[in-house]
Amino acid sequence: MRAAALKTPLGTRAVLMLIALTYVGVMLLLQLGAVLFEALHQGISLWWAAVTDPDARSAIKLTLIVAAISVPLNTVFGVAAAWAISKYNFPGKGLLVALIELPFSVSPVVSGLVFVMLFGANGWFGPWLEDHDIQIVFALPGLVLATVFVTFPYVSRQLLPLMTVQGRAEEEAALTLGASGWRTFLRVTLPNIRFGLLYGVLLCNARAMGEFGAVSVVSGHIRGETNTMPLHVEVLYNDYNFVAAFSVASLLALLALVTLALKSALEWRYRAELEARR
Amino acid sequence: MGIKIERVSKRFSDYPALDGVSLEIAGGEFVALLGPSGSGKTTLLRILAGLEIPERGRVFFGDRDLTDTPASRRGIGFVFQHYALFGHMTVARNIAFGLSVMPRRQRPSASEVKRRVDHLLALVQLPGLGDRYPSQLSGGQRQRVALARALAREPEILLLDEPFGALDAKVRRELRGALRTIHEELGVTSVFVTHDQEEAFGLADRVAILNSGRIEQFASADAIRAHPASDFVRSFLE
Repeated sequence: MRAAALKTPLGTRAVLMLIALTYVGVMLLLQLGAVLFEALHQGISLWWAAVTDPDARSAIKLTLIVAAISVPLNTVFGVAAAWAISKYNFPGKGLLVALIELPFSVSPVVSGLVFVMLFGANGWFGPWLEDHDIQIVFALPGLVLATVFVTFPYVSRQLLPLMTVQGRAEEEAALTLGASGWRTFLRVTLPNIRFGLLYGVLLCNARAMGEFGAVSVVSGHIRGETNTMPLHVEVLYNDYNFVAAFSVASLLALLALVTLALKSALEWRYRAELEARR
Repeated sequence: MGIKIERVSKRFSDYPALDGVSLEIAGGEFVALLGPSGSGKTTLLRILAGLEIPERGRVFFGDRDLTDTPASRRGIGFVFQHYALFGHMTVARNIAFGLSVMPRRQRPSASEVKRRVDHLLALVQLPGLGDRYPSQLSGGQRQRVALARALAREPEILLLDEPFGALDAKVRRELRGALRTIHEELGVTSVFVTHDQEEAFGLADRVAILNSGRIEQFASADAIRAHPASDFVRSFLE
C-alpha cells in the first residue's frame, strides 16, 4: 500500500528530471563551456601565451604558495577541532562550533577589510609592524591570513558529522588494548576518517585557490607580485584582454574538474573497502 | 589478580552514578555486575578499565593502586557491547592490535604474532577467519573476535560490558558457554555487566546487585536467592 502511494506518476518524474537537468545545464555546464570556449576559440597558441605570460606565471605561483600554506594549516586545525568537538565534552563547545561556521556567514570582503584594519599602515598594529619591518597587508602573509579565514570551516565541517556518528567506541577499544592517545589517533581515528578528510582537503584547496573577495582587499593588486590567479583574471578582464582573462580562468575551471575527478577516482579505487564498512 | 574497589563515587551532571561503592573480587573469580539500567554497573566497569575517572575512592589491582593510571597502562582486556572492532582492519590485524602497539623491545616477532593470532582464533572457535573484515562476520562471530582481541596481551583481568546484549538467544547461549570455558582455561579474573539475572546467576561465581549507584548485595547466586539482603533485591528477583 505504502509503496504504491509513494510511486510518483511518470509525468511528474519526467518534469522533475527535466527541471534538475536544465538547472544544472544552465547554471553550471553553460558557464564551464563558455569559459573554455572563450579561452580557446582564437587558438591554442593565444591560450598558451596568456597562461605563460610572466604576470600570469607569477599569479599561478603565488596562488600555489598561498594554497600550500593555508590548506595544511586548516587541515591540521580542522582535524583537531572536529576531534575535540565530536569526541569530548568541554565548556564552550557550542561556541566553538558556531565560531567555526562564522566564515561561511561573513562576506569575504568584510574579513579582508578586518585584516587591513588590524595590520594595515593605519591599522591597530600597523605602526608596531612598521617599526619591526614586518609587512602583512599587500604581501604574502596577508594573502595567507585572508585565505585561511575564508577556508577555515571546510575540513572541520566535512569531518564533524562523520566523527560524531562514529563515536568513541573504537578509540576506547584501542586505549584498553594499550595504545597511547597519539597511536590511537594514527591507527584508528585517522583511517576511519580518511575519505572525509581527503574530500574536505580537496574542497578546501579548491576554495583556497579560487578565493577572490577577501584576497582582493588585502592584496593591493601589484601585478607580478601580489596578484593571485582570480585577481589576475579580473585585471586582464578590466584591460579588455578577454582571451587572456578566460585563458587564466580556464585553469581555475580545470582545477574544479580535477577536484571532481580526484574525488570520483578515490571513491572508485576504494569502493570495495567503503562497502565493507557498511 | 584480585580487584579491590574502595568507596568509589562518580556523578554525571547532577545524579550520582556511583555512590561510595566498595567491592572486593578474588583473583580468578568470575563476577557479574547486575542491575537495572541507570544503576551504575557500566560506570563501575568503565572505572575499572580507566575509561571513566572516579571523583572519590581508590581502585586496586592486586596491591597496586591504579586509580590514576590511564586505560592504556592498566593491562586489562575489555569487551564492548557493540564489539567496537576496527572496521578498516582484518580480523587477524584486529586481534594483533594490542601486540602491535607494544614498545618495540617487548613486541613479539611477526611469526610469533601470527602464532598467537591463530591460537586465539582457535580459542574462540573461529579458525581460518583471520583474513575476513569485521563487516563480513555475524554478530556472534564479531563478539568472539572482540574477545580474542581483548585476550591477545594475556591480561590478568577481563572486563566485559553487556557482552551478549546485542546477540540473539541462541548465539547468546553458545557464547556464554565459550566465555565460561575460556575463563577457566586462562584463569583470568573476569567481571561482566548484565541486566539479565538468568545470565548473571548462570555464569558468575558471585553476583553484585546494584541499584541507583549502590551495591545492594554481593554474594553467590544461591546465597542471594536464599537470603535477599534488601527489599530491592527481593523485588528484583521476582
